[in-house]
Amino acid sequence: MRELFPAKQVIGFATSLVLTVIALLVYFIDMSFQVGMIILLITAFTQAGLQLVVFMHAGESSDSDSIYLNTFYGVFIALAIVFGSLLAMVWGY
Amino acid sequence: MEFFEQFAVPNPTPTIYLSMVAIGLTLIAVLAGISYFKKWGYLWREWLTTVDHKRIGIMYLISALLMLFRGGVDALMMRAQTSRAGNELLSSAEYNEIFTTHGVVMIFFMAMAFITALMNFVVPLQIGARDVAYPRLNALSFWLYFMGAMLFNLSFVIGGSPSSGWTSYFPLAGNELSPHIGTNYYMIALQIAGLGTLITGINFIVTIFKMRAPGMKLMKMPLFTWTALITNLLITFAFPVLTVALAMGTMDRLFGTHFFTMDNGGMAMLWANFFWVWGHPEVYILVLPAFGIYSEVISTFSGRNLYGYTSMVVSIVVISTLAFLVWVHHFFTMGQGAFVNSIFSITTMAIAIPTGVKIFNWLFTMWRGKIRLTVPMLYSVGFIPIFTIGGVTGVMLGIASADYQYHNTMFLVAHFHLVIIPGVVFAMLAGMTYWWPKMFGFMLNEKIGKWAFWNIAIGTCLAFFPMFIAGLDGQARRMYTYSEEAGFGIWNLLSFFGGLGLAMGFILIVFNVYYSARYATRDIGDDPWDARTLEWATRTPVPEYNFAVQPVVDSREPYWDAKHEGKTLFKDKISDIHMPNNSGMPFIMCVFFFIFGFGLVFSLWSLVIVSSVGIAVCLFLRSFEQDDGRHIHAEDVQETERKMGGDDR
Repeated sequence: MRELFPAKQVIGFATSLVLTVIALLVYFIDMSFQVGMIILLITAFTQAGLQLVVFMHAGESSDSDSIYLNTFYGVFIALAIVFGSLLAMVWGY
Repeated sequence: MEFFEQFAVPNPTPTIYLSMVAIGLTLIAVLAGISYFKKWGYLWREWLTTVDHKRIGIMYLISALLMLFRGGVDALMMRAQTSRAGNELLSSAEYNEIFTTHGVVMIFFMAMAFITALMNFVVPLQIGARDVAYPRLNALSFWLYFMGAMLFNLSFVIGGSPSSGWTSYFPLAGNELSPHIGTNYYMIALQIAGLGTLITGINFIVTIFKMRAPGMKLMKMPLFTWTALITNLLITFAFPVLTVALAMGTMDRLFGTHFFTMDNGGMAMLWANFFWVWGHPEVYILVLPAFGIYSEVISTFSGRNLYGYTSMVVSIVVISTLAFLVWVHHFFTMGQGAFVNSIFSITTMAIAIPTGVKIFNWLFTMWRGKIRLTVPMLYSVGFIPIFTIGGVTGVMLGIASADYQYHNTMFLVAHFHLVIIPGVVFAMLAGMTYWWPKMFGFMLNEKIGKWAFWNIAIGTCLAFFPMFIAGLDGQARRMYTYSEEAGFGIWNLLSFFGGLGLAMGFILIVFNVYYSARYATRDIGDDPWDARTLEWATRTPVPEYNFAVQPVVDSREPYWDAKHEGKTLFKDKISDIHMPNNSGMPFIMCVFFFIFGFGLVFSLWSLVIVSSVGIAVCLFLRSFEQDDGRHIHAEDVQETERKMGGDDR
């Protein structure tokens, strides 16, 4: 039975539903802009990571190493560009 | 008549009218020549529709050389104008256009095309593959680049060239201060060519990850392939930033948005920020393949394996990461605080460490080697001292506080030319000479090649060393004239002579191509340089299927080991080879892109709409096309191999 039940996918689906509900709460519950944005950012990136790993099979092919490496490199570059630009143009200006 | 007035050049001079006539006549001569010799079919079948990585590489090479001469003539005109005080050869408006097009043509259409040419030709051969992963996308890349380049060059005779520098900083490049359409050409031509580059990036990452010969682990790849891999990774992550910045700039200029304007919440300096977020990795996109070429050339002509292979790979990877963390050093004086500048100053200096590691590895490779001073090796040896001078002055510019003195002067101009010329141009000439026999089946004449090298090397030093002094004396860059009393005259005159030396060198290279094509022997065997990597293991000139049998690799220098330790590279029997079909689609689609770009530059919306429909139709047709490729039968392969090499496996 264990082999037949797609536990990973079901748990993944449930988790993504929970994440969606949490994100929706930002609209329904009264909170400050900052708190709302933090919740949205965290749920959005967790959601994206979950989709990539569970439903887009990032870890299942033989070249999962290079997929993860490229993804992490991309995330690193994106963060460096965003925070570097903020540092140079806004915070440190 | 009013309609045609928008196409007029804003500052017409006899030179521009003359070049219009010259361009028109050349075009007619070329078209008439092709028709007279009945070469249209040949041109279409063998070149315009080709998806063969070797032919695409050669087309990139030809375009890059043409652009080198276009950019070189720009440079000579600038040096001539500034060669003496108060010179009136060019007006200030012309001078602005010329330094702008010089920079754009040299970086985007010469250097980028040159590295892509060599990567296209060499990488699949070095990893023992039959083609790149996506051959048709590769053709699309080339034609996008080509149409972008042609669109940009058109600005010279139709509508006027951009004139706000190759960096095209806003607000200068905005509508208010550059009301003329010139900057539209910059935004749109670079967008189209940049698309091609991005596609190349993805194509080569997949090729190198997925198509290596059996047994070629990542750490067994030749160093040029390693640098190509990292370069394409940088392309894939850096070019989207340029794409976004250009799109925002285009919208500012054409649709009245306010991303980079001075009013309505625009942020002009954000352009400089985005430009250099792309622009600094771009420096390494250009220089890393050059490092790869030097590694191959120095190892081959020292008769030794590369010293410190692992540290070479590690330093490339470190450079690729640091490349994204230093961009603010291009605008230390923009007004951000000392804290920000210190951070980027430190990351900038850190990048000198992996570069230094590479320099020492090359020196150690030569140490106790059996050095043959051929033309490629001369360029590689000449590169080391000149590049080091350029690099060390780069560290000086990287000191944020001192940069307030150096920035925007000729000192900076001297620095980046002394990095880019030995770092990119020398490498490309070395690589071109080194791989020329593989491309065309004959070698370039060594004697003329050496004369060209000395002209170029001495010309480079003479042209750019005086700029250090003129810069420290206060000569600002992009200044079209200066007074007698300023005292810059002598330095600029020396610089002009250096420019003439460089021109002489390039003329010698052209003569060398002509001379060698005419007189050089075709009987050179498959491995004229006694080299070490896989590309020399196949026939010369390379048959369209590259390798009759896929090679099997178990070391870093498989071909050397096959020659000297008797290992077998080709173990299988010849069987049918699956190859991709040619396609005219990339070319046709890029003609639509050209019209699309032209329409956008002049805001001719009907042209834009018609050509975007054309592009969409091409994409649609491609999506529903069934193309399973074709097979070259084993007997035909055996026949070709017998003709070329004499033995049949």
